Amino acid sequence: MDRFLPSPTARILLALLAILALAPLVFPSTFYYRIFTLISINAIVVIGLVILLGYAGQISLGHAGFVGLGAYANAIGPTHLGLPPLLALVLGAALSAALAWLVGRPILKLRGLYLAVVTLGFGILVQMVLVNESWLTGGPDGMAVEDLGLVSLVKALGLKMKTAQVWYVFSGLMLLLAAWVALNLRDSPTGRALRSLHDSEVAARTVGINVARYKLIAFVLSAVFASVGGSLLALFNRFVTPDVAGFIHSVELVTMSVLGGAASVLGGIAGAALLTTLPQALTVFHDFETVILGLIMMGVAIFMPDGLLPNLANRAKRTRRTNR
Amino acid sequence: MFGLFKKATLLTTAAGCLALGATPSFAEIKIGSVLAVTGPASFLGDPEKKTLDMLVEAVNAKGGINGEPVTLIVYDSGADANKARTFATRLVEDDEVNVVIGGSATGSTMAMIPVFAENDIPFISLAGAVEIIDPVNSWVFKTPHTDRMACEKIFADLKARGLTKVGLISGTGGFGKSMRAQCLDVAPAKGIEVVADETYGPKDADMTPQLTNIKNTDGLQAVVNPGFGQGPAIVTRNYRQLGIEVPLYQSHGVASKGFIDLAGEAANGVRLPATALLVADQLAESDPQREVVTSYKAAYEEKYGEPVSTFGGYAYDAFMLMKAALETAGSTDGEAVRAAIEGTKGYLGVTGAFNMSADDHLGLDSSAFRMLEIKDGAWTIVE
Repeated sequence: MDRFLPSPTARILLALLAILALAPLVFPSTFYYRIFTLISINAIVVIGLVILLGYAGQISLGHAGFVGLGAYANAIGPTHLGLPPLLALVLGAALSAALAWLVGRPILKLRGLYLAVVTLGFGILVQMVLVNESWLTGGPDGMAVEDLGLVSLVKALGLKMKTAQVWYVFSGLMLLLAAWVALNLRDSPTGRALRSLHDSEVAARTVGINVARYKLIAFVLSAVFASVGGSLLALFNRFVTPDVAGFIHSVELVTMSVLGGAASVLGGIAGAALLTTLPQALTVFHDFETVILGLIMMGVAIFMPDGLLPNLANRAKRTRRTNR
Repeated sequence: MFGLFKKATLLTTAAGCLALGATPSFAEIKIGSVLAVTGPASFLGDPEKKTLDMLVEAVNAKGGINGEPVTLIVYDSGADANKARTFATRLVEDDEVNVVIGGSATGSTMAMIPVFAENDIPFISLAGAVEIIDPVNSWVFKTPHTDRMACEKIFADLKARGLTKVGLISGTGGFGKSMRAQCLDVAPAKGIEVVADETYGPKDADMTPQLTNIKNTDGLQAVVNPGFGQGPAIVTRNYRQLGIEVPLYQSHGVASKGFIDLAGEAANGVRLPATALLVADQLAESDPQREVVTSYKAAYEEKYGEPVSTFGGYAYDAFMLMKAALETAGSTDGEAVRAAIEGTKGYLGVTGAFNMSADDHLGLDSSAFRMLEIKDGAWTIVE
């Protein structure tokens, strides 16, 4: 039976594509295109964390720092240096990768929570630089970002679409690309090596895996995902402030990946979707928004320790088995 | 099966929540607002929201604007520019508001401007920085005075006292940094020489070293402290502990009772530019602002049982300007309302007298500031 179906990776990507293609049918207004664009962009960053946290078992509390680097690359590059936005995105990702490599190389030789502590400091440093170097970054009030030109491109093609709709399609495609990379990585030798050291570093080392090297690969990859996500956010919003690199944002990102299920790409996307839409749905409750958000997180952590999606999938599998 | 069912319920609940957020449209005037009601800038957003709530209630009790009931939709940005932008889009595309008031801080205001400008929606911001209205965007207005005006007011007062050599001690937060730059910029034109220029971090707990440097500067005649939050209170305490004799000036950023409470005894003798709102009871009978200021203060304090702040006053003026413009326009047509706000002449609000024009979307001059001095823990007018 399984032979006639496409591979699991293709199935997940097809399911994602179907959701993205069908979702606009139920959108009551164009505002929802914006929400879904934000979900896609957040999900790209979270998929990077899934590689780091879910595959390699390393935690980063400063990933917003890389998001900030990507975002400001797209603010500073075109404004001060006259770079085209797409080149700025690539340069931002390269810079993030280089910094992740520099920071990660000595740290990831150690075991334990060192990466968490160092990335915590890293994220705060990035935000401090963004706040203090106001001649370059506009300081705490942020700066404007030049247009990517997507909308005018679509118009030139003769299509009539609103900004949010164009971005919905673009960010959706970027999300599919990110998911495809992460899913392929999972089943590659590198991915297997990463997952083995997630379970036991000692065991991984005994079978000849260069633990430090693979952890570094995961960290650098996740930094690139975060930076690209940050660039997209800046280009979409056309405005950046240092909050994007803040500690709170880092925590939100880790929460998204843990909430949805840190070890699965789809789980990461689900977590990003949940945490991006909840604040919008909870505006009705005004003051209790944060409390409800906290309760949901505690509930998931206590009752679904693997995360939302893996847990639901397991239950579905178990019931199917008992029904048989 | 159970798992699948659960998943389905979860999805429908989520969809239900989203649907709840969307409101059907009636023939009414919808005012949208995005404010930092919670989070680090809640001292701005909270009184602003309370003021708008109170005013909308009062207006509806009197039959609305142009005979239409007014609906106010407020979203809390928590001072996060990204969230503010999302809520701005929601106000425009989902709630279909006619006009917008808000943006408590400069960052979120700047992030929201493109959304409103692209959709032809008149927007009055409650944030401080001059970049909001300079260069002028035809859809964007604001009510708080700029930090440049605060510098000018302080320097004018210094000149009047025959003092020209000042030391600056500025916070490195957004407000302090911007005001420091503006003060340095206007100082030469006002005949003021900046002889010392120190800074401190927004979370620093002791400013004695910087103040010692300033104290030891030759010819120092006064000190100005551009800053926001708790920093100025610490500066004021350290200032007295070091026994610095020359006058100390604070900015309008500390114009709330909280500053006096934090700085205690040390606050006595401090001067600062602020709005008439803080000294409502002391305004002369003949003062044209007296009536508007005292009535807003009385209404706010009766409803909420807490002292008014300058920041709520900005929201009061924004709402009143918007109301007047909607009445002048006689409709909710974006262009007509925008033109009506731009044509505002001689509106006397709690912040000052507004005279807008095509190149001035603030419309205040530095006469809107009163120079106050703290005496025995209370604000008094210096004239």
